[in-house]
Formats: sequence, structure tokens, C-alpha cells
Amino acid sequence: MRPVVTLDWTPVCPLDRLDPDRGVAALVQDVQVAVFRTTDGLYAVDNLDPVGGAYVMSRGLVGSRGGVPTLASPLHKQVYDLTTGRCLDLPGVTLRRHPVRCRDGLVEVRLRQEE
Amino acid sequence: MTERVSRLVVVGNGMVGQRFVEALRARDTDGRWRVTVLAEERRPAYDRVRLSAVFDGVDAGELNLHTPDAGVDLRLGEPATGVDRARRVVTTAAGEYPYDALVLATGSYAFVPPVDGTDLPGVFVYRTLDDLSAIREHARGRRTGAVIGGGLLGLEAANALRLLGLATSVVEFAPRLMPVQVDEAGGAMLRRYVEELGVTPYLGVATTALRTGPDGTVAALDLADGRTVDAELVVVAAGIRPRDELARVAGLPLGPRGGVLVDASCRTADERIWAVGECAAVDGVCHGLVAPGYATAEVVADRLLGGAATFPGADTATKLKLLGVDVASFGDAHGVTPGCLDVTYTDPATRSYAKLVLSDDARTLLGGVLVGDASAYPTLRASVGGPLPAPPLALLAPAGGAGAGAGALPGTAQVCSCNAVTRADLDAAIAGGATDVPALKACTRAGTSCGSCVPMLKQLLDAAGVRQSTALCEHFDHSRQELFDLIRVRGISTFSRLVAEHGRGSGCDICKPVVASILASLGTGHVLDGEQASLQDTNDHFLANLQRDGSYSVVPRIPGGEITPEKLIAIGEVARDFRLYTKITGGQRIDLFGARVDQLPQIWRRLVDAGFESGHAYGKALRTVKSCVGDTWCRYGVQDSVGLAVALELRYRGLRAPHKLKSAVSGCARECAEARSKDFGVIATETGWNLYVGGNGGFRPRHADLFATDLSTAELVTLIDRFLMYYIRTADRLQRTAAWIEAMDGGLDHLRSVLVDDSLGLCADLDAAMARHVTGYSDEWRDVLEDPDRLRRFTSFVNAPDVPDPSITFTQERGQPVPVRGTPPDGGHRRQPVVLGLPEVRR
Ligand SMILES: Cc1cc2nc3c(=O)[nH]c(=O)nc-3n(C[C@H](O)[C@H](O)[C@H](O)COP(=O)(O)OP(=O)(O)OC[C@H]3O[C@@H](n4cnc5c(N)ncnc54)[C@H](O)[C@@H]3O)c2cc1C
Ligand code: SF4
Ligand code: FES
Repeated sequence: MRPVVTLDWTPVCPLDRLDPDRGVAALVQDVQVAVFRTTDGLYAVDNLDPVGGAYVMSRGLVGSRGGVPTLASPLHKQVYDLTTGRCLDLPGVTLRRHPVRCRDGLVEVRLRQEE
Repeated sequence: MTERVSRLVVVGNGMVGQRFVEALRARDTDGRWRVTVLAEERRPAYDRVRLSAVFDGVDAGELNLHTPDAGVDLRLGEPATGVDRARRVVTTAAGEYPYDALVLATGSYAFVPPVDGTDLPGVFVYRTLDDLSAIREHARGRRTGAVIGGGLLGLEAANALRLLGLATSVVEFAPRLMPVQVDEAGGAMLRRYVEELGVTPYLGVATTALRTGPDGTVAALDLADGRTVDAELVVVAAGIRPRDELARVAGLPLGPRGGVLVDASCRTADERIWAVGECAAVDGVCHGLVAPGYATAEVVADRLLGGAATFPGADTATKLKLLGVDVASFGDAHGVTPGCLDVTYTDPATRSYAKLVLSDDARTLLGGVLVGDASAYPTLRASVGGPLPAPPLALLAPAGGAGAGAGALPGTAQVCSCNAVTRADLDAAIAGGATDVPALKACTRAGTSCGSCVPMLKQLLDAAGVRQSTALCEHFDHSRQELFDLIRVRGISTFSRLVAEHGRGSGCDICKPVVASILASLGTGHVLDGEQASLQDTNDHFLANLQRDGSYSVVPRIPGGEITPEKLIAIGEVARDFRLYTKITGGQRIDLFGARVDQLPQIWRRLVDAGFESGHAYGKALRTVKSCVGDTWCRYGVQDSVGLAVALELRYRGLRAPHKLKSAVSGCARECAEARSKDFGVIATETGWNLYVGGNGGFRPRHADLFATDLSTAELVTLIDRFLMYYIRTADRLQRTAAWIEAMDGGLDHLRSVLVDDSLGLCADLDAAMARHVTGYSDEWRDVLEDPDRLRRFTSFVNAPDVPDPSITFTQERGQPVPVRGTPPDGGHRRQPVVLGLPEVRR
């Protein structure tokens, strides 16, 4: 395994700019990140669809499957577990997750990077 | 070289020859055979059974059956002229082809009776695509046509002439139509239907001569009883004869009525020569249907690879829709079994006729004929040779066969004859865990060919007590229709309330868009208002069509496909200024590809200023109403098809539905707009409009069924209003109108009773709902432009609104921008292997 390097927190937008259950895309140190606000909290994942190869995950629908919060790709509808990034429809496919938090009304993302 | 590669020559690339080559190639994994196919026709194999579809607007290319195969040397337009059995070579005009095995698949030719004048210009047979092109060409500008022969093929040809706009007659030597399939009473019922369609039958009379008109082409038929029939175009459909000429000159034995004589292994007297399809007389009998032909193809493929398959015997059962009438016959339809009994049923009210042929003790079903209502066909056909599934009268009463159900069949009954699957096989699969029709199809292959047994698969599941779940997804136990009623009756206006009160969890990409669509149909404000925004699929969320690279396409609405030069220029300018890839679609619109999210509002602004709205080229909503040019310009047109199409598109735009909706309007029966491939299609008549419903193109193309005739524009619009609203209220998620009607108890007749006769008392409600839609419509794109809150969503990055998405890049292809194709990071997941479906042969 390569070491996991974590970088600094980057402010992305005010919390009220996020519509409930809908995503936005943000540029975090040149990496495209998809950020969601759901009733369970905030999630940040790569905006790149690992299957379709386009930067579209922020436009997918969030929901739940068997109690875990999920995100569905808008291209071909594969569903991902938002808590682990694992694809629930295709074995071996994962969506990279990033730490996200809300500080003073601002949503912040820290990239998780494998180097 | 250890094993020599052997040479296989196939003569004929028709339906069966093609199937044979595919079957052999699929199984010859060691490459034992090198294959050469000699074909007389200039185009590779096509679906002859669906030949007439080209008159329904189907493109000849869609009938193609041939898939290129590098291991097969296909020589088009090079007929075999001789076989030298001593030297083992086939000759053509171009050369010689040595063979180790030779397969004859030469089919049949149309029999032309020896009547004076059959060689005149304007006289045709009905066998190949070339024949049909010649017929179409000759029909141009002519008014009358006749068909000699009132059998299956003759009636099909008569319908074709009718569609070409000719006043059509049919001359049949036998005293009834379709003499081979139906008996006298069935023929009488058929005659009534045919006459109603405007085709004139002349029965029990021979044609004695064909006469010319002043231009030297055919003009009339003389009949033996002295009558004359006007016909500027004549199709001879008096039967077929096997093409056995190669075998004849090669000195091979022929069948008693012609055809290449073969045994049950489909081999001729020469052990290196085989025959398949219509040219083969298997144990002396030729079969003029494609299913037994396919069986011979499978047998020979198996034999050439060392197997021992034999011809399983032919099922001559046929069910077809001729001129809109269901006709079915199966087993001993004519009651030739000694001592057999007939039970017949004639119902002038529903205009149906049925006959069952029973054994002398009235216990065993031997065969039968159905005209008008063939719903009992699958059950009855599966019961042939076995005990009756119900008392005869119960079986014959309308829809009786369906009512008696497959549950009453014995285990040995063959439910799916295309794939030789018995009830016992299916019961075993159900016991093994198959809980729905797709699962049954996957594990038994029943229902995967003609599909006529699918209703029985459902009945067997029911009979086994398997409850077929209608739950939408894990969040709701309800079907779409039940949710619709809940939302409407309880006045629910948000997803969160619905899921809290009637579901569980937080929803998913299945139920959220369904609820969004229901809320939109019930007219609860803009699709992007409040919580509704979070339910929409990405296309509905961004009001444009997501493409594979993450960019969107925009399709300005062009109602009816009618556009002014100024507007055309405006679209061109938008495409040029935003550098959009531009393509004309099949729905008579112009699709502009490659727009980034942040460009969408700017593009809409330009379009709105030029007098457009963007269109619903995405989402489950009305797409377009296509039209032909109609009577404004067209010489044949009888109504203003463009005007109607524009009105319909404007009326139903924005209507959210369980699936996409397509429509078209043609200005006359020539049907240039392909209205019958649409969910609702309209074809002009001299006095009004004919409405067709339930058609679609796509994966499983289906023609729409005639729903009502000669309607005034107001009547037409009312019926379409009701049709659409009833569909929106009661269909399942992603169920197109065709599947919706098919799944409905009572089908089209039920639909007619609900929408025309108001049998459920719903019409006022449906009318009011549509009126609300029409008055409530507003341009969704303009609304976004006027609302800063909504506009805010249209940025690529929330923290860098001015940065365009760097991942969207283009290269040039044929002078236009197209996405740069990267390999998907985790590539290959989208490709699914395709399985070649071949019928099984009982060994
Ligand atoms: C309008 C129409 C509707 C039909 N509807 C139905 C239906 O509903 N159900 C059904 O079961 N069947 C139907 N049939 C019959 C069905 O099409 C035939 O059973 C099927 O096509 C037989 O296949 P085949 O390969 O034996 O013959 P064909 O498809 O006729 O192919 C034979 C091929 O061999 C070529 N050929 C002949 N001689 C030579 C030679 N010497 N050298 C090279 N090539 C040669 C011919 O040009 C032809 O292309 C219909 C037929 C027609 C015309
Ligand atoms: S009116 Fe329309 S359907 Fe009829 S021939 Fe003209 S273009 Fe074709
Ligand atoms: S009977 Fe044709 S698919 Fe079953």
C-alpha cells in the first residue's frame, strides 16, 4: 500500500448553498470533488465516475439502500455506499471519499490522496 | 496438419441458409469447416417473414439478418448453376467451388399459374425485397390493384396494395379466404373483416386471362364467370414451389410433390449433400414456414459436427394478424382425423369465430381454428394431443382460453413450442426459485422467441402461488399506480411526507424520479421548486440531456418539425457561437451537443430571445410530434398533418409520464411520418383522422394498433387526452404504452370501453386533469432564467463559478467538435456478452 497523505482543509461554500439531498461539484486543489448534504450529514467523494469516466457524480441522486446512505451515478445508475465508497452493484469498484466538515457555516473538504 | 479443414458450400442465403451458417459457426469451435455461401440475391439474408413491414415504413435495412463473419466467404449475386457430384464441385457463372459437404438452402419460388398475360408489365410475385420495390414503383400514380390468391400470402399482399393506396381486389379459386388454415365459417368471418377494410374478394372463381391497357401494362383480370376486375397492378400469390432444380439436374431423388428428398437427418441420397428450409422435402414433405426450416438448419449443423440430431417433426400452428384480424390455426384444423368431433362457436357481436377439433371420445384436443379473437391460442396450442384443459364451451367463449389458464395443463403439455419447453420444465424452474417471467425465460428459454407463450408463463407463476411483487423498490411496497392514487387522493405534495407516511428509508434513484413525475403530472408547480428539485434525475434537474462525457445537449423545440428560415439561422448561430456539435435527429429536431452546465442558461437565453423554448428531449415526457408535409404541399395528402402535429405538440409538451412519449401525424395512408411506430400516431383519412396507439421503435419495435377511425379533430384530441392521462395514472414505472396495453386485462377493447364508452366513469376526471395540464404549462427554461435562485445551480464548480469544467474537451471529427475519448478508468464494465439465441432441437 502506498502511504495516505492528507492535505489541508479547503473551504468550499456556505452550508446553505447546498440544497438538501442534492450535490455540487467543487475544485479542491485542482481535484474535482462532489459534495452532498443529506439528512445524515455531509459527504464528499470524487466527482469522477469510476465506471463512466466522466466528471458527473455530483449530479447523481442520493438515497439509501438497506439502511446505508447511497449515491447513484447519473450515467449508468451504479449505486455506491457513501460511507465506504464501495460500489454496491459492481464488485471491486470504489469511489474515493474525502473528509468533509462544516466550520462556522462553511463547508470544508480535505483531500485524501494516495501517492 | 493433423485434422484436415473440410470445405462446406452452402447454396442460398435466405432465412434458413443464414440460420444454418450461424448455428454451425457458433458450434464449430475447432474450425473444422471452411464455409462458402453462394447467394442468388444481391443482398445478404433478411427477414422474409416481415417482408411486408417495408410498406409500413420499416426500412429494408431493419430486416437484415446477416452478421458479418470473417470465417464465411459470402458470394452475393452469384447463383449456383450446377452440381457435379462425381467431382464434388458446385459451378457458378464465375467458377467452380469444390466441396466436402454441400447444403442446399434454395427456398421456394412463387408459383404462377399458366394464365394468359401473367408475363405483362405490372404483374408481380411477392417473395423478395426486389419484388416489393418493383411493386411500390409501379403503384405510383395508379389506382387499382388485384391479388390472385386469397391465402396467407395473398391477403398479406392485398394489405400491402391497400397501404399503397390502391383499390384492391382478391381473386381466390377456393370458395373461401385462407382455405388452408380456416374452415368455411371461419372464412366467412374473415371475409366480413376484409370487406370492411375496403378489399373486394372474388371467391370460388378462376382467373382466365390478364388484359392490357393502352400503355401496354396490365389493366384488368378476366374471371371464369365472365366478370372483369380492374387492376393496373397484379400480384400473383397462388402458392409456392420448392426450388429443387439443382438437385433435379444432379440426379438426386425428389419428393412426391417436388422438393429435395431428405431423411430425418436432412441428408439426401448422396451422403455429402444435405438440404434445409423450404426446398427440403423431409421424409417427402416440404414445409412452407420458417420454424420447421430453422429446425432443419439445427439438425444439419449438428450432424456436420458429428452429432446425431433428427428432425423433430413440424408444428404447423400459425397465428398472425392479417389486416388487423387475429387468425390462428393449429393441429388438425380441418378435422381429417377419422371419427373426430367439431365444436364451433360463432359470435357476431364480437365478430369472432372458433372451432375445436376433438377426438371421437371428446376428451383429446386435436386442433382448431380461431378468427377475430385468438387470445386462447397459446393455451389451446399447448394442449393439442392432451386432455382438454376445460370444457369446450368455456374454452371458446371470448377470452375463455386465457381464463381457463395454463394452470389446468398437464405436465407434459408443451407450453413454449418455439423452444420445446413443457409445463413440467417450467414448474421445476419455479420450484427451483424462479419468481418472475424474466427468471423463467433465463433458465428455460421459454418465451424468448415469438413470445406468444409469455401470458402462460405468468399464469403458471400464479398457479404455483408465486406472488409477483409490484413493489416499486425497497422504499415503497406500492406500485407506481398505487402511489399515484395515494398522492392524488391524500393530496400529498412532498416526497418526504410520502416516504414518512407510506414508505421507509430515504428513497433512491428509482422511487425519487417516479414521485417527481407523479407530482409533476398532478401539477404541483415548477419541477425545480423546493424539495422537488432533489428528486429529479440529472436531466430533469438541469433541463437538458446528459451525455457520456458529462456535457449536455440542448434540443430547441420545433413543433411538428416546422421552422422558419430565421429560426433555423438562429439555431445555427447559437451552435456556432457556443461551438456545439450539431445533428438532425430522427424526431425532426436539431440536437446541439457539448454544452457545459454553466453554458446552458446562456444558450437558453439566446434561444428564448429568438422565439424558441428548449425542448424535452430528455426525461419521461412527450418528446416530439413528428409530421409529414401533408396536404399543404403533398400531392397525396388529404389533411393538414403539420398543423395538427404542431397543435398536439404544444398541447402535450411538458406532460410527465411513466416513460417517454412519442407521436407522429401522417397526411394520408402512405404514412410518411411513421405514425404507427409511436405511442400515439395519427393518420389522415378522407373524412378525418385515424388514431393508433401503443407503437414504439427501439429495442423491441412494435406497431401501434388502430384505436378509432374517422375522428374529427376535436374527437381526436379528446381521445388522446384521455389516453395519455389514463396511461399516466395507471402504468408502471418505465412501462411504455405498448406494454401497458398488453398487460391490461382485456387489452385494447378494455381501453376502448374506458376511454370511449366511459365504462369506469373516469372520463370527466381525465379530461379535467388534461385541461389543468394545458393551462398550467409554462416554459420551464424561461422560468429558470427569470429566477436567480435556480440560475445559481448552473455553475461547474460551487467554489469557482468562473472556471469551466476542464474535463470537457473536444477534438474535431468531420468538421465538428466531438468529445475526446479517454479510456474509462475502470473500463469494460458496460459491455455485456451477447448470447446468440438458437432454438433447441430435441435429440
Ligand atoms: C411475404 C411472406 C410472408 C411470410 N410470412 C411467414 C410467416 O408469417 N410465418 C412463417 O413461418 N413463414 C412465413 N413466410 C415463409 C418464410 O419466409 C420461409 O419459410 C423462409 O424464408 C424459408 O427460408 P429458406 O431459407 O428456406 O428460403 P428463402 O428465404 O426463400 O431463401 C432461399 C434463398 O436461396 C436463394 N437461391 C435459390 N436458388 C439459388 C441458387 N441456385 N444459387 C444461389 N442462391 C439461390 C434465393 O434467391 C433465396 O435468397 C413468409 C414468406 C413470404 C414471402
Ligand atoms: S400526405 Fe404525408 S403521408 Fe401522405 S404521401 Fe404525402 S407526405 Fe406521405
Ligand atoms: S411459443 Fe414462441 S417463444 Fe414460446
